[in-house]
Amino acid sequence: MTTNGNGLRWVGKRPVRPDGVDKVTGRAQFGADFTLPGMIVGKVLRSPHAHANIRSIKTEKAQALPGVKAVITAADFPELPSEIEQAGEVVLNFRDMSRNVMARQKALYDGHAVAAVAATSIEIAERALDLIEVDYEVLPHVIDVVEAMEADAPLLHDDLYTMGVEPTPDKPSNVAKRVEFSIGDLNAGFEMAEVVVEREFTTKPVHQGYIEPHAAVASASEDGLCHIWCTTQGQFMVRYYVSRLLGLEVSKLRVTPSEIGGGFGGKTVVYLEPVALALSMKCHRPVKMVMSREEVFRASGPTSGAHVWVKMGATKDGRITAGEAVLKYQAGAVPGAPIGPGCMCAFAPYDLDNVKVVGFDVVTNRPKVAAYRAPGAPISEFGVESVVDELAKKLGMDAIAFREKNAAREGTHAAYGPTFGEIGYTETLRVAKEHPHYQAPLGPNQGRGVASGFWFNIGGASTAALNVNEDGTTTLISGCPDIGGSRASLSMMAAEVLGIDVEQVRPTIADTGSIGYSFLTGGSRVTFATGMAVIEAANDVVRQLRERAAKIWEIDVEAVVWENGEAKPSGSNAGDFEPLSLSSIAATAGKTGGPITGHVSLNAQGAGPAFGTHICDVEVDRETGRVTVLRYTAIQDAGKAIHPSYVEGQIQGGAVQGIGWALNEEYIYDEDGRLENPGFLDYRIPVASDVPMIDAVIVEVPNPKHPYGVRGVGEVPICPPMSAVANAVANATGLRMADLPISPPKLLAAITNGG
Amino acid sequence: MAKVLLTSGVSQQFTDGQTEIDIQATTYRQLLRELDKLYPGLGRELSIDTAVAIDGEIYQEPYLESISAGSEIYFLPRIGGG
Amino acid sequence: MVKTHVNMTVNGEAVEFLCETKATLLDVLRDELDLTGSKEGCSSGDCGACSVILDDRLVCACLVLGAEADGGNVETIEGMADADQLHPLQQKFLEEAALQCGICTPGFLVAAKALLERNSNPTETEVRYWLAGNLCRCTGYDKIVRAVMDTAEEMKGVSK
Repeated sequence: MTTNGNGLRWVGKRPVRPDGVDKVTGRAQFGADFTLPGMIVGKVLRSPHAHANIRSIKTEKAQALPGVKAVITAADFPELPSEIEQAGEVVLNFRDMSRNVMARQKALYDGHAVAAVAATSIEIAERALDLIEVDYEVLPHVIDVVEAMEADAPLLHDDLYTMGVEPTPDKPSNVAKRVEFSIGDLNAGFEMAEVVVEREFTTKPVHQGYIEPHAAVASASEDGLCHIWCTTQGQFMVRYYVSRLLGLEVSKLRVTPSEIGGGFGGKTVVYLEPVALALSMKCHRPVKMVMSREEVFRASGPTSGAHVWVKMGATKDGRITAGEAVLKYQAGAVPGAPIGPGCMCAFAPYDLDNVKVVGFDVVTNRPKVAAYRAPGAPISEFGVESVVDELAKKLGMDAIAFREKNAAREGTHAAYGPTFGEIGYTETLRVAKEHPHYQAPLGPNQGRGVASGFWFNIGGASTAALNVNEDGTTTLISGCPDIGGSRASLSMMAAEVLGIDVEQVRPTIADTGSIGYSFLTGGSRVTFATGMAVIEAANDVVRQLRERAAKIWEIDVEAVVWENGEAKPSGSNAGDFEPLSLSSIAATAGKTGGPITGHVSLNAQGAGPAFGTHICDVEVDRETGRVTVLRYTAIQDAGKAIHPSYVEGQIQGGAVQGIGWALNEEYIYDEDGRLENPGFLDYRIPVASDVPMIDAVIVEVPNPKHPYGVRGVGEVPICPPMSAVANAVANATGLRMADLPISPPKLLAAITNGG
Repeated sequence: MAKVLLTSGVSQQFTDGQTEIDIQATTYRQLLRELDKLYPGLGRELSIDTAVAIDGEIYQEPYLESISAGSEIYFLPRIGGG
Repeated sequence: MVKTHVNMTVNGEAVEFLCETKATLLDVLRDELDLTGSKEGCSSGDCGACSVILDDRLVCACLVLGAEADGGNVETIEGMADADQLHPLQQKFLEEAALQCGICTPGFLVAAKALLERNSNPTETEVRYWLAGNLCRCTGYDKIVRAVMDTAEEMKGVSK
């Protein structure tokens, strides 16, 4: 019950999370755990072809099978116009989303949904799928991003004209958009350079790999009211998207989020939800749909695979004079690769005068990409951080010293434009340099790599409610699914403001009918933005508590202060009253004006950019090409860690996802464009024996725009690992591995050919 | 005067490659209107899928923001998250 | 479809039910017995989210047929706590934040319990290899491995 050095009682402590016991006892309800009386099951028929015209779909036989209650195809969804529109905080084309949810006219990737069935049992539903006759005209397909950009590449959409070029092309292509950022004079920059490094990189699509498959239960009643229970990063996102896809009024659809078993960006869109509801609207039975792991791989996520070209120049004394990059990102079947952030983040850690980044958003016959931690950034940063490492080596400079010399600081014009306020990049470099890891000796075939990463962090719309209960405990209600401990961090901030025990704040995540609009959980925004709503709601409750105390004491509210969970007279002039606790004010709330509740909706601005620097040691087995990560240290500016354990957890988890991206993970397609490894056996995410302890070091350079200094944590840690690993491999072997993943066959071939 | 900076991509489409434009405006919406007068279509382009950084702070859904003389204004793609 | 009459003990309680031939032990636990603490992440034995103990053997419930478990003794996450007393592993996972989203947590806890029953003093490497059949995408395993080792340390102290 003591306060820590900053005068904070809860912020920065490590209490047990409020949802913890349910999760260690198996009681917590995740997406697939939910059931309703009378519920039936839905299953999706998926295209076996990477690219095909759908000439016809015959569903009569499936419909006639006893036990089948509904069969749907794209004909059961309204046909939406192709329009780019702002939907809440994101910009979307609902025509494209509709076509991703259910193929219309064309199947665009292996696994693309073409029809769905609801039946009284899984067996019947599966038999019904076999009875649906789809007449496909198989078309040539394209999987690779560079091939997709070629003039004679198979065309996915005959109405896709490249945006962002002047004049607009007169022929359609697979290039949905071109973006360009530049500052300064690139040619002059390269003329000043005494050392130049130029290199091409490729990255493979990787899946977010959440352990919980997508799951939804939908129920449509005869009066048109609908309810969906699902696992999602945003119940309000599901409500709006499904409403648009099915032509419903938003108020007629209620969405209740379950506990969410991981998302990492992959649950910021809808897949099953509109399908389950469309089935339920046809048969008026609750319909449950759960994806198999194979479906998760074939039809959800992943992030873009990419081709990246980077050129950078520096003077002999180690000053970077120019940076140029061309980024080609796969969007999958419909436009929407995270190319904008990819371009903006590429050179963000550095103070550069001359930069040019060109990016392309390219459609290919793969599942539509979904957000994955710092969407777009890890790919471009992999290229840049690899080249930065090579430059340092050519200059004979220490990798950290070279970065320090060029690091973005407060007042630096970010390579993407705006001027940075207070940022902590150089702090992460200083801590890295001083960390014992950086000085530790290395053995034969071992190498150490360093890399940095950047993400903006975002704010956005959030609502929070804080209700004071009859006994003085409180209920905290948020509209953002808790994916990694936000109930803990939000409760702690509420308890901090109220001056009460964190145990007396009971958080819940509400459905769309029970709390005001909140943007989804993503972009590292919940502890920051919803946290601001919580703090304001708690401040409002404190104001009301002071008012009630003032009424009870019959003094002016200005003469009442709130300290350590009690109302007190502000001084001896105010009167001589015994302090009033929260519980005693709550007990008489009915007499002093009714229930005490705080309710705040806001659109949080002022998200604080964040940087991380990682140090990775690897050992390379020259016989097999296998890379073992021996030691890993991840340093990150969190602004302020509300619950340091969960901040560390985000950093550790992000780092290991990045290690998987660097070494193991990739989508493998056969020559017909079918995904060959849609399972955890062949798409191998890191397991416990693959990785060492991840030493997460939190640096705190507070974000001045947040009451406690929060920046956001979850995105940055996935940015540095790919280059940290590749740089370590380069130091261990002398080989620059520019194509991810650095899998044993690939590295062995490089060792054999060049080592 | 506020200084507006456009990405080179947008400038090639709308401003003949000019990336820095001085504009007299006191609010974000006035700024968009003035830009649109100078470069027809640019105001609409910048109101779609675009965030704005005013003196270093990024606004994902700009609308009511005020602008002071000497403000530095960057138009950027909107940022999502994972 | 012919169903098989199955008797088993689950978390110390006798249960009996009619089991479809192709139903897995995981289907039975989740759909028949409403024990949804065991999770389905892959149905191919690759993720370990459905880890249960069957006759003292750690198994993926998705790889065992319900009918195969006839006469068996099954321990699931729901039976790990003793009344309101959490198992030391459960307590340590909470204290050390060894979970984020929590979907893999039941599987890890069951697997870790099976480890500590065989090896009360595992090294970090032994913990990592034992738990290599359980996937976690959130934590990077660091806090999970530490929590298991710290529990072992604490339980040793108690049993002395």
